[in-house]
Amino acid sequence: MNLNRRTFIKTGSSAVAGVMLLPSLAGSCSSAVISENVKEYLDHFGVTPEILRKIVSVAMSRGGDYADLFFEHKISNALALQDGTVNRAFSNIDYGVGIRVLKGDQTGFAYSESVNEKSMSDAALMAANIASSGNSFSASPLTEKAPASFYELKKRWEDVSVGEKVPFLQMLNDRVFSLDSKVVKVSASINDETSRIMFYNSEGMLSWDYRPLVSMSVVCIMQKGSQIENSYSSRSFRTGFEWISESLVDELSAEVVNNTNLLFDAVKPRAGEMPVVMGAGGSGILLHEAIGHTFEADFNRKGTSIFSDKMGKKVAADFVNIIDDGTLLNNRGSLNIDDEGNEVQKTYLVKDGVLNSYIHDRISAAYYGVNPTGNGRRQDFRNMPLPRMRATYMEAGPFTREEIFNNIDYGVYVDQFSNGEVKIGAGDFTFFAKSGYLIEKGKLTQPIKDINIIGNGPQALADITMAADDYLIDNSTWSCGKDGQTVPVTCGLPSILVKKLTVGGTN
Amino acid sequence: MTAKEKQRLAERAINIALDSGAQESAVIISDSKSSAVEVREGKIDKLEQSDQMGLSIRLLVDNKFSAHSTNRLDDASEVKRFIQEAVSATRFLSEDPLRALPDPGLYYQGGGPDLKLWDETIESVDPRTRIDAAFAAEKEIAGSDERIISVSAGYSDGYSNRFMVTSNGFRGEKANTFFGMGASVSVRSGEARPEGYWSENSLFYNRLQRKGIGEKALDRAIRKIGQRKIASGRMSMIVENRIAGRLLGAVITAMNGSSIQQKNSFLIDALETQIASEALTVTDDPFVISGQGSAYFDSEGLAMRRRTMIEKGVLKDYYINTYYGRKLEMNPNSGDTSNLIFGHGENDFSGLAGQVQKGVLVTGFNGGNSNGSTGDFSFGIEGFYIERGEILHPVSEMNISGNMKEIWKRLAETGNDPYLNSSWQIPSMLFNDVDFSGI
Repeated sequence: MNLNRRTFIKTGSSAVAGVMLLPSLAGSCSSAVISENVKEYLDHFGVTPEILRKIVSVAMSRGGDYADLFFEHKISNALALQDGTVNRAFSNIDYGVGIRVLKGDQTGFAYSESVNEKSMSDAALMAANIASSGNSFSASPLTEKAPASFYELKKRWEDVSVGEKVPFLQMLNDRVFSLDSKVVKVSASINDETSRIMFYNSEGMLSWDYRPLVSMSVVCIMQKGSQIENSYSSRSFRTGFEWISESLVDELSAEVVNNTNLLFDAVKPRAGEMPVVMGAGGSGILLHEAIGHTFEADFNRKGTSIFSDKMGKKVAADFVNIIDDGTLLNNRGSLNIDDEGNEVQKTYLVKDGVLNSYIHDRISAAYYGVNPTGNGRRQDFRNMPLPRMRATYMEAGPFTREEIFNNIDYGVYVDQFSNGEVKIGAGDFTFFAKSGYLIEKGKLTQPIKDINIIGNGPQALADITMAADDYLIDNSTWSCGKDGQTVPVTCGLPSILVKKLTVGGTN
Repeated sequence: MTAKEKQRLAERAINIALDSGAQESAVIISDSKSSAVEVREGKIDKLEQSDQMGLSIRLLVDNKFSAHSTNRLDDASEVKRFIQEAVSATRFLSEDPLRALPDPGLYYQGGGPDLKLWDETIESVDPRTRIDAAFAAEKEIAGSDERIISVSAGYSDGYSNRFMVTSNGFRGEKANTFFGMGASVSVRSGEARPEGYWSENSLFYNRLQRKGIGEKALDRAIRKIGQRKIASGRMSMIVENRIAGRLLGAVITAMNGSSIQQKNSFLIDALETQIASEALTVTDDPFVISGQGSAYFDSEGLAMRRRTMIEKGVLKDYYINTYYGRKLEMNPNSGDTSNLIFGHGENDFSGLAGQVQKGVLVTGFNGGNSNGSTGDFSFGIEGFYIERGEILHPVSEMNISGNMKEIWKRLAETGNDPYLNSSWQIPSMLFNDVDFSGI
């Protein structure tokens, strides 16, 4: 449910590199035990261990069980090309601290866009009101928890000027136009983001992270006679400027031109239930929608998910292993530490066909009496953490692609997607296939386009009857929305056969 | 920050931009505040407070365009440095001679009567009132039915304010309050746990419908028990008013100047042509008193007008902002929708259903999308099967598919039930001959 969230005036997406601003520094900390790393972050946010303890004490002053402070400084840049030239740039700076207080599974939350003591105390007091008893809090000694290191970064986005990015967008534009004379419009963009995170909680734990994120994307529009078709391609990673390269431009331009071209001869399939083969890669959206969201433990804790009483039960064939992983190198969904200071894991949601773990944040892990899985994520300091996915994928299976197709008389093959959705309680999920092919008598025949496919989560999971050996992560710019919060994710899949899903089409 | 302080900050920002080499600039100072409570199982589940302020600036530097924003406003020298560096960064871009601030003659000149978008009550709503309101919605139904698994209810309120200044003479302020409530209920039905949801909102506290929210959410959940899919086929479709925006959204996007100029619209060159049946008339009316989309000026400062967008199915106008107006050689008329008002039919909801021989009443969409260039669409749906005017049973896990250029021509009738909780006041709508995918 999302009664309370309103994002007002979402100020632009982003920032021109080179406009990085360091907040004014407060006095450096006096404590001798803190490391250089921590000192850098404390200075960056202009606070000292004493101030942190003070704010947490205020947060705990009404008898909360636990409190945390999430400091964030995010610089976002977008640079875009339209109608042949790189003619627009956007930037955004966002800065503040989110303060959360837990009492059992109840949450009080407020934030401050200023890190002066008065503003932070006001926010802490607001959040403290979730509890209503006396104060018995005594501050724990500060312990540092060093983050993992799942992103490689040579050249930081803060050190890259607009001028250095421009030629790559221009090259992408020219490449797409050169590949096909039907191309009439190209738009392209590079979006980069740099976040500094500092986390401190009532247990005295202090951690930090430096998170880069970049995506490069292209929209291609082609015209043949009066028929106009469009497609979109993108890639995204947590890495630095060194990733932007001519070979990336080649990859994106070839893909978008091929995908757009397909659409001119595409038809709509028959309406109704049929076998669906999901190609390796982006088809992982199936897992994200059909299974991932319904495994998020907040829904299960409240009993509202269709998977609420299925832990430890057989939910799929033996070869089905489904993972939610925050540790893939440079992956868009990876985190060095989650947004509530927990270690990020590779989590088996389904192991050998048996439901093995939900997706937990701190509240749900405590409720279920398990260790957090490192899935506590938040859009930014303005929002409280929730159990969220990272990279959700399935391991390779025992079949080949040929064996999968051989089994099908009439069905569809899909491998390009734009979006999906799920109803947590009913379990009905959907994904929108931008393009694919008809399968007739074991062969791919005509291209298809723009069809929605719908199924029911537990049924679809049980209906995965074959999986091939070609597992692939899709590194497109996937984002996941829940309760008004958007976080970066990815997904992956080997080619699989789902025995039966309902395909949008014509009667 | 007072209005005066905001104006000073905005003007200072513009001066910094101009002093740094920009020829034109527009600045918006925005601030908003909201408070929210969510309750569950007789306890407060979440208490949230949000209070934000930001500055956003558009720059034109030697015919080059960029836009920037920041919430770091405490330190004047930092704001100055932010704008100076933004101006420098803009110089790396290619020229775009069509970028310019609007013609000052098109700006809203002031003088309109109060649109009544602000409720002073916002100052005096206390935390207890919010909590009590949320609990009241929960109590309407908690424990009332043994099939209930979970009930959540919430209350929120707040305001949003924008102060805008441009270097070529525009000054304007927009502000509104809002109050909202909602409830969500999950019930058990075998393996499935259907969810029902209901919400109400208003710009005014006293006009917020506070009663019946829990009951309606529960009713909607229980009515879904026994959902099943039915055979594929071409049937009639009624789309409930509160969700019809999903279908209409694709048409509105296609009417936008940027979509048209980028050839990502199925309504290119469609002005004065029949794009829908005669049952569809849409007026964009920015001057509705207390309307959720009411405003005298748009995001560029352009004066808004009451406009007929679609008249008896004929497309009469596009949404054109200054930049895409120049690219398309069309007059800018605002790229933003305000309130969308529909011509009403005679029948209420059951009147529409009564005419359906065989069809589906769609009460929820589930995913799906629409192709901007071609108008091809496919959406997941849930709702109810109707035969001979009678609602027989709930359906789910089905898709509808078609093309936007065709389906709107099969709009048979609009209901007399505009959805007043939104700036798009869409009534329920009856379409004939829609492709459903099921079994």
